[in-house]
Amino acid sequence: MSLSTKLDVNLAANVSAAAHHPGFLSPTGVEITFLLVGLATLGAAVLTVTTRQLVHAALWLVVALGGLAVEYLLLTAEFIAWVQVLIYVGSVVVLLLFGLMLTRAPIGRSPDADSENRPVALAVALAAAVTLVWVVADAFRSTWINLHGVAQGSSRVTGESLFRHWVLPFEALSVLLLAALVGAIVLSRRDGADAYAGADTGAGASADAGAGAAANARTGGKEN
Amino acid sequence: MHLAYPAVLAALLFCVGVYGVLARRNAILVLMSVELMLNAVNLNLVAFDVWLRDTLHAGQALTLFIITIAAAEIGLGLAIVLLVYRNRGSSDIDRLTALADHGQPAPDGPDLPGPAADDEKAEATA
Repeated sequence: MSLSTKLDVNLAANVSAAAHHPGFLSPTGVEITFLLVGLATLGAAVLTVTTRQLVHAALWLVVALGGLAVEYLLLTAEFIAWVQVLIYVGSVVVLLLFGLMLTRAPIGRSPDADSENRPVALAVALAAAVTLVWVVADAFRSTWINLHGVAQGSSRVTGESLFRHWVLPFEALSVLLLAALVGAIVLSRRDGADAYAGADTGAGASADAGAGAAANARTGGKEN
Repeated sequence: MHLAYPAVLAALLFCVGVYGVLARRNAILVLMSVELMLNAVNLNLVAFDVWLRDTLHAGQALTLFIITIAAAEIGLGLAIVLLVYRNRGSSDIDRLTALADHGQPAPDGPDLPGPAADDEKAEATA
């Protein structure tokens, strides 16, 4: 009896939160698309952490991040989606590929890509997955997102909220990006006598890479 | 849309990232797994922002900030990895045990600490 009243209250709250909510077993087209893209994203993520070819891991990461951009679009957060494509797919993955090349990663299959504590890692990840999915699915069993009406994440809405309410953190972030730029340069250069004595070509290449990394981060911030 | 879809997807992506961080040996692969975890959190933030219809759009602003900080983090992380590679000849994080505590030293052996031996091994394989 009390269960049904609780259910009624829950239902009423849902109806007030979302104008209408479909049943659990009647997924809409958006939900089906979200599910399919989510499966592709998850598969690409699993391949990213399990493949033995290092460059393939970076390429599967592109698929996973692109799939997440599509998920943002489905959640009507279009500005976040394009920023995701620009910064993650466009610059972070390129940086990772540069890092792989500069550390002379093997091109073919490398048998020692995984460390020997892999079973422990698998156990921890599975336990965390079971716990999190159980809790999340139990907590949000009867919650629906209302995707109708005005888009929640168009450029106009995001820009207004960003420059009206979040200006100070935004400016602080630019200082942080400057610090990251300087830090990457300082880390990558050889100091003292080494810089002039060393005719090592590796030093110049990695210094360039570090500075490029920081510069990319900086432009990424500007695009925000 | 049911809120459980993005929430469960984010939880699973996060756990895949956890597995990658714990199981991978190459430092750059670990950085990729960290990116996966950050993206899972971003998906959660966007989904809850859209669900709650926040007037400040705190979730989306925080997502943008996280993306920016992740870009800075990947730049600095790669600079550190390249520095380690230059100094040690390897980006294998299982071998970077200079600060590890190797338990108590052997009672009768020479007083050669474990890290020094590991250093020599790393140099030899470099």
